[in-house]
Amino acid sequence: MRTKTFDHKIFKVNRRDFLKTTSVSMSGLLLGISFSCTDTSKKLTGNPAAVFSPNLFISINGNGDVTLIAHRSEMGTGIRTSLPLVMADELEADWSRVKVEQAVGDEKYGDQNTDGSFSVRMFFTPLRKAGATVRLMLEQAAAKEWGVAVSECKAVNHEVVHTSGKAFGFGYLAEKAGALPIPDEKTITLKDPKDFKYITKQSSIVDLKDIVTGKAKFGYDTKLPNTKFAVIKRNPEAGAGMKSFNMDAAMKVPGVVKVFKMEAPGFPTNFNKPLGGVAVVAENTWAAMKGREALEVVWEKGINADYNSLTYNADMAKRVKTKGKVRRENGKVDQALAKSKKIIEAEYSVPLISHSPMETPCALAHVHDNICEVWAPVQDPQGVRKSLAAALSMEEKAVTVNVTLLGGAFGRKSKPDFVVEAALISREMGTPVKILWTREDDIQHDFYHFPSAQYLKVGIDENNKVNAWLHRSTFPPIGGTADPKASEPSGFELSMGMVDLPYAIDNICCESQDSKAKIRIGWLRSVANIHHAFAVGSTVDEIAHVRGVDPVQNILDMLGEDRKIDFKSLSPEFWNYNESAEDFPWDTARFRKVIETAKEKSNWGKSLPKGSGQGISVHRSFLTYVACVVEVTVDENNKIKIPKVDYVVDCGIPVNPERIKSQFEGGATFAASLALKSEITVKNGAVEQHNFNDYGVARMTDAPYETAVHIIESGEKPTGVGEPPIPPFIPALCNAIFAATGKRIRQLPIKLA
Amino acid sequence: MATYQINVNGENREVEAVPNTPLLWVLRDNLELTGTKFGCGMAQCGACTVHLDGDPVRSCSTPVSTVGTKKVTTIEGVSGEGLHPVQQAWMDENVPQCGYCQTGQIMSAIALIEKNPNPSDSDIEEAMKGNICRCGTYERIRKAIKRAANAEA
Repeated sequence: MRTKTFDHKIFKVNRRDFLKTTSVSMSGLLLGISFSCTDTSKKLTGNPAAVFSPNLFISINGNGDVTLIAHRSEMGTGIRTSLPLVMADELEADWSRVKVEQAVGDEKYGDQNTDGSFSVRMFFTPLRKAGATVRLMLEQAAAKEWGVAVSECKAVNHEVVHTSGKAFGFGYLAEKAGALPIPDEKTITLKDPKDFKYITKQSSIVDLKDIVTGKAKFGYDTKLPNTKFAVIKRNPEAGAGMKSFNMDAAMKVPGVVKVFKMEAPGFPTNFNKPLGGVAVVAENTWAAMKGREALEVVWEKGINADYNSLTYNADMAKRVKTKGKVRRENGKVDQALAKSKKIIEAEYSVPLISHSPMETPCALAHVHDNICEVWAPVQDPQGVRKSLAAALSMEEKAVTVNVTLLGGAFGRKSKPDFVVEAALISREMGTPVKILWTREDDIQHDFYHFPSAQYLKVGIDENNKVNAWLHRSTFPPIGGTADPKASEPSGFELSMGMVDLPYAIDNICCESQDSKAKIRIGWLRSVANIHHAFAVGSTVDEIAHVRGVDPVQNILDMLGEDRKIDFKSLSPEFWNYNESAEDFPWDTARFRKVIETAKEKSNWGKSLPKGSGQGISVHRSFLTYVACVVEVTVDENNKIKIPKVDYVVDCGIPVNPERIKSQFEGGATFAASLALKSEITVKNGAVEQHNFNDYGVARMTDAPYETAVHIIESGEKPTGVGEPPIPPFIPALCNAIFAATGKRIRQLPIKLA
Repeated sequence: MATYQINVNGENREVEAVPNTPLLWVLRDNLELTGTKFGCGMAQCGACTVHLDGDPVRSCSTPVSTVGTKKVTTIEGVSGEGLHPVQQAWMDENVPQCGYCQTGQIMSAIALIEKNPNPSDSDIEEAMKGNICRCGTYERIRKAIKRAANAEA
């Protein structure tokens, strides 16, 4: 799912190549400057036409306006704010003088694939360096102007101030700094974290006012002259073709201007190809929808016409009980289990799940004069650009991908299929075309979270210690959406909560069983961590009860001594989210700390009325350590309410604490949807759900009433927070339900009755 | 096609549309008021909420032919020079994440507060349970509604 995360990519294409990624000195420049304030003269602005733009991300004009480029897509995490804040902090820019501009999709910006919770992790340091370099150049320009040493000049809040007290504004210095050579990176000094003004401090998102006033532009909010509107009728079976269609009735719908066939890709469909079908193009959205309703289509049956999720899932559940391919083996599980005094055996299953962001897939495309321009809510604008170039047989440089705000994404909008649809229709029409996926399109033609079955067998020995852990997992791998041969869960998928089991158990065996994709499978917020954390977190809690030990103490017992786990030596397939173990070790001390903090913050073990309970789970995903305590009440009608959630998160340096908190608050609700509401079923190759009437997601009445987010103070490298809230919530909720009712949850969504 | 005179945000607007066209698409495609969002098309999610004579309605399921002389208010029409107190409360609580559903949420919240200046938790749930937020901002929505209610009191 991920490309390699080389942080130097950001600089490779920098036209003046002024930054490198080797570590820079943290010493000196900002230290030891005293301010005597004898001369307080100021020159704030300079040549208004001058623009100082020493790198791709930062420019300053003669008025002192600072423009920072947001090259990552904003889907609700706050990244469009957080990374510019990082640059502004090092630059000593006044945030109120900063304008954030969204980058088009272009490799010159380095990686733009907003995915995998790695934007902050990948770009924190490079963008700090970018800001610090520009700050130094402004200080050098001021020093030259005054004829003083650079060490006497310091950038402070949009000005460079001399020790005497006199100052130049950034605007005044812009043109002068632009005439200077790029400084040697050895002379660049990053701020001491204690001097951070924005990093680790509260800040509102840059789009806040536009959002609350309805001015913010999402994917369907841009229009060009003569724009046509399109929807597509697609085969209910993913990738399958069409026998015939009759457009007569559709063409009679007022406003419909054209109806035509689009080729189906077959199955597997690949990630970037549209599903094909029949496009209906009209003068407005409603006419397109009504025209589509009037279409008569005879579909072909494809290779998955017999796909029924009920039997498919039952088959997975059956096969996962038999010996699979060993993916991690330490000790001898079979022999150990034979010696165990107590055995826990359980099966877990999770259904297909749709992303269903509030904004359905949509895009505006204009293909004309051998160029293609699109405006679209996409997570991976460079991938979109490549896909468009391929689909239109154009060179990439002829394709411009403008990234709008994303009305939620959760992984869905990292696939470019819907943008390609818009472009193909625009080419056919010769006009700008906006495509809209209705909610039914979205729910019935998603790249679904994989269905899964798991089997666990755990032994406890005569010393009441866990002596054996057998975990089998099966699910159709994401690769099956592109590769017809792919049916084996991959190492990276199994490293999301299975082979990365951190517990100190002598005999561990992790196995996988193959399963073949029968529908488009994709990645959904936290990916395989969802089902693995559900099974592992539930099993760990079950162990506590069998051992007769408090669940928190049980986790600590199982975790063992503080250590950094060398997973590569335990499982050759271990994947550390594309990072090295040196940079991001698997540190059980951090794991322990979030558990212990959760115990304290949640008032763990507090007395609760009958029908209420607390549950805990802890999980490391995307290199972030998260403990979650859920408090639940279950009434006599089995209605589940979640009055309180406590999260403890260690994500290294908390770059934007306010948005970290919002990700966890929202993550709890997203996970509550997965746990309580969401299930896609398939019959004869077609998804059976349609809209929010039969595909459930959490509403205010289902969501946790209060989610408290406790952030561990840390100087460790920052890691992402978009996905890590999801995995531990579900087992914590299930464990709370067990505490409240004595019922173990083995299957999602939870059905108590 | 028929011609309709509708009052939107205090202005009389003339639009051409087939009678069953949902108000949502008239607002968005004809009048280019894009603050009102499409989410489901069947009154399940609340993203398209606008006011008809002050009452919250799902514009995706309100045919333009039924609007008549009722005054339509969209997110673009709730504030004068400054922000509506509910919008301000939304900013003060940093409610939005992706932001897509928030205009519909705000329209539901404004209608609630205008009828019930001091809503309880269950009043808020009742008024807001038709508005889905996939980012999961419900807790802050509740806080913002209470903040706005207190500000207006």
